[in-house]
Amino acid sequence: MLVFTIRRLMQSVIVLFVMSLIVFIGIYAVGNPVDILINPEADIAEQEATIRRLGLDRPLWSQYFSFLNSALYGDLGTSFVHNEPALELIFERLPATLEIAVGAVGLAIVIGIPAGMVAGLRPDSLIGKTIMSGSILGFSLPTFWVGLMLIMLFAVMLGWLPASGRGDTVDLFGVPVSFLTWDGLTHILLPAFNLALFKMSLVIRLSRAGTREVMLQDYVKFSRAKGLSESRVILVHVLKNILIPVVTVLGLELGNVIAFAVVTETVFAWPGIGKLLIDSIGLLDRPVVVAYLLLTVTMFILINFVVDVLYSVLDPRVRLGDMKS
Amino acid sequence: MKFGKLALAAALAPALLALAPAQAAELRIGLDSEPSAIDPHYHNLGPNNEIRRHMFESLVGQDEQQRLTPLLATSWKPTSATTWQFNLRQGVTFSNGDPFTVNDFIYTACRIPNVPNSPSSFTIYTKAIEKVETPDDHTLIIHTAKPHPLLPVEIATWGILSAKVFGVTQKLTFDKEGCGITSWPKTEDFNAGKGTIGTGPYTFGEFVKGDRLVLNRNDSYWGEKAEWDTVTVKPITNAAARVAALLAGDVDFISKPPTQDLPKLEADPNVGLAQGLSNRVIYLHLDQYGPSTPGVKGTGKPDAKYEGEGPCATQPCEKNPFLDKRVRQALSKAINRDAIVAKIMGGVAVAAGELLPHGFFGTNPDSKPEAYDPEGAKKLLAEAGYPNGFELVIGTPNDRYINDAKVTQAIAQMLTRVGIKTGVNAMTKSVFFKTRNLYEFSVYLAGWGAGTGEMSSPLRALVASRDKARGLGGTNRGRYSNKALDDLVLEALATVDDAKREAILQKASRMAMEDYSILPLHFEVTSWAHRKGLTYKARADQYTLAMGIKAAN
Repeated sequence: MLVFTIRRLMQSVIVLFVMSLIVFIGIYAVGNPVDILINPEADIAEQEATIRRLGLDRPLWSQYFSFLNSALYGDLGTSFVHNEPALELIFERLPATLEIAVGAVGLAIVIGIPAGMVAGLRPDSLIGKTIMSGSILGFSLPTFWVGLMLIMLFAVMLGWLPASGRGDTVDLFGVPVSFLTWDGLTHILLPAFNLALFKMSLVIRLSRAGTREVMLQDYVKFSRAKGLSESRVILVHVLKNILIPVVTVLGLELGNVIAFAVVTETVFAWPGIGKLLIDSIGLLDRPVVVAYLLLTVTMFILINFVVDVLYSVLDPRVRLGDMKS
Repeated sequence: MKFGKLALAAALAPALLALAPAQAAELRIGLDSEPSAIDPHYHNLGPNNEIRRHMFESLVGQDEQQRLTPLLATSWKPTSATTWQFNLRQGVTFSNGDPFTVNDFIYTACRIPNVPNSPSSFTIYTKAIEKVETPDDHTLIIHTAKPHPLLPVEIATWGILSAKVFGVTQKLTFDKEGCGITSWPKTEDFNAGKGTIGTGPYTFGEFVKGDRLVLNRNDSYWGEKAEWDTVTVKPITNAAARVAALLAGDVDFISKPPTQDLPKLEADPNVGLAQGLSNRVIYLHLDQYGPSTPGVKGTGKPDAKYEGEGPCATQPCEKNPFLDKRVRQALSKAINRDAIVAKIMGGVAVAAGELLPHGFFGTNPDSKPEAYDPEGAKKLLAEAGYPNGFELVIGTPNDRYINDAKVTQAIAQMLTRVGIKTGVNAMTKSVFFKTRNLYEFSVYLAGWGAGTGEMSSPLRALVASRDKARGLGGTNRGRYSNKALDDLVLEALATVDDAKREAILQKASRMAMEDYSILPLHFEVTSWAHRKGLTYKARADQYTLAMGIKAAN
């Protein structure tokens, strides 16, 4: 376990370093943020002064080394746009994204696994077929369009739910959260469902395939022969054995949902980090983009680690020490 | 137990009712942009400047047509070629009760050069101030180094902070360095409401980045009290989501509904629209710098070697046709401006014959948009030696101006019709501006909003020769250069007498148009949409101000 952790850690440092270099050069190649941020009325002298003020007149390698230097002390730079530390900007908005991400993955699990198992147990029934064709829709419809349709239906036509924004928040341990207020909950529902749709379909398909395969295994026959109740066979023996692929995929998807909920956050004007990222890319706010992607990589590394640990919990045959990476 | 709960509810009910009095006047606005900070002097750009006006007032205001109006100064006049007297309003207090005096003005003017990391500083609007005299608490005598007619309009761009709030009580003397003050308020403090105290009709409530800005009515405001108890400004950058939020009743008022939704919104009985001509002109810049140009093919070898900045200095380019006025005129004649306005802009634009719409300071009342004349264009091209035209690529942003890329595509088709085989290179704004600033376009489409509301703004920035020392040509990436025009612009910028300055600007504008230095296409009409029962006076500067949103009676 210890060797495994150390090896993982060293790999992560290299990945982070390479990532920062790529993003740094990438954004430098796209353009100069001052071209977009400055008031067009500024004359040539003022344009040059602004570029100097933000340190953008220095050669790229010199900018990168000062970035690396302060990064070693935990400072990932100050946003060109907001003049606030990039990490602070991200952490300010992280709770909002975590809320819909966890909500979305929660919905995917709560609806997806049972639906997938039903479809797996009764593949030829009407309900099984309905679930499977529904999941195709979830796969193939673009999030952007579904989001707008959800808004049109539930907010504009029916008027049941708000169309955008985060609603009331309350502080939980100093972090503003909205899932504890009714108003906040109504705001979460649509974006979380919109985000969940794709994952739900994924989980349904995985659970169905898993269920169909596991049902034919000897241990299922054996437990039936032992006289166990049908509910125990399905809810314990089958469920546990279909979970491994589901956990792998959900782990990666959780990371995806946190880091790249951009479309949903934009459509629902949800003040999360995805929207921050897309705005920052648009304005070439390099410190924020670099900090964001470094954070994202760290998060994926962590999630993968947790997924590996979960494997060994779910499947006693897996030993962490034996895993290559 | 059950009874206990009931009793509790019964006891609480009247209290809850008392907490919800008659519906407070609340306004929720959905904006297409978000300010990067609340600090009024951090970022000199539209989204910040419109929010600033709610809380921090300037000495001079601008009305819907950008005419100057008294605000914290009741009157002002030039007392000599280089001095101005501003008489400040008596009895004005900041929202915390402190009186407003000349000291606050000086404090603000001194702070502006001292905002660290500002991506767009207000110093362009303070650097004319050389010396400030204060005969009494409410009179300012401002000296400029050279005659500077734009001083009042420049002073209208920045809001006044309270010196006292930041612990400065001594009498300040203006100097260019910072008036001897060493510690200045930080940008992030304003976001948290620390020191966010101005004289404006609204006070700062709360700012949650990406989600909302809450403004409260300033009950001690010196002028007409604000209409709304609270105003919540939400950034909803996606246009479709903004319209949906309005239709769902999440917000009462939105800026910039997309043009394709306007007919639908107009027909909706629950929605009203406000529209008005803006100061923003959409134009084509033509590369008029060197003997060759990068985006043109089929014109043959250049007559001379290219020297100076630009891609043609290092790579082979063909001859630059735009140095010939006849070609520039042919391009202008080939463009059907009325068709663009009618078909692509959905009627919400006005064809342009100058760089500012009629009625603005320095425009020629008799100027007209170039008439569509494809035959004339072909003739001019033949005269210029291009009977078979040439190939051209036009650069355009696709997310900066209303329908920008679509307009460029239409222009490309129109030019192709007269023999100039034209392609479009559309890109996102960050890439577009970088490419443009490297002079990689032979022709590009862009827009210009005149912040000052007078002709000197577009002339100085877009068609005057690029000249760092004299502050000309800041956005002249077509690199047109005409000494006679430069001299006129400089003369106008040094003429304090309004009537004389207007005459010079009219002459300069006519000169720029007659030489086809730049091709104006159309002026954007700005739209706002709101729920029925509200009114808004459209603003030429495209700002959305809660002060202008009224409940209709």
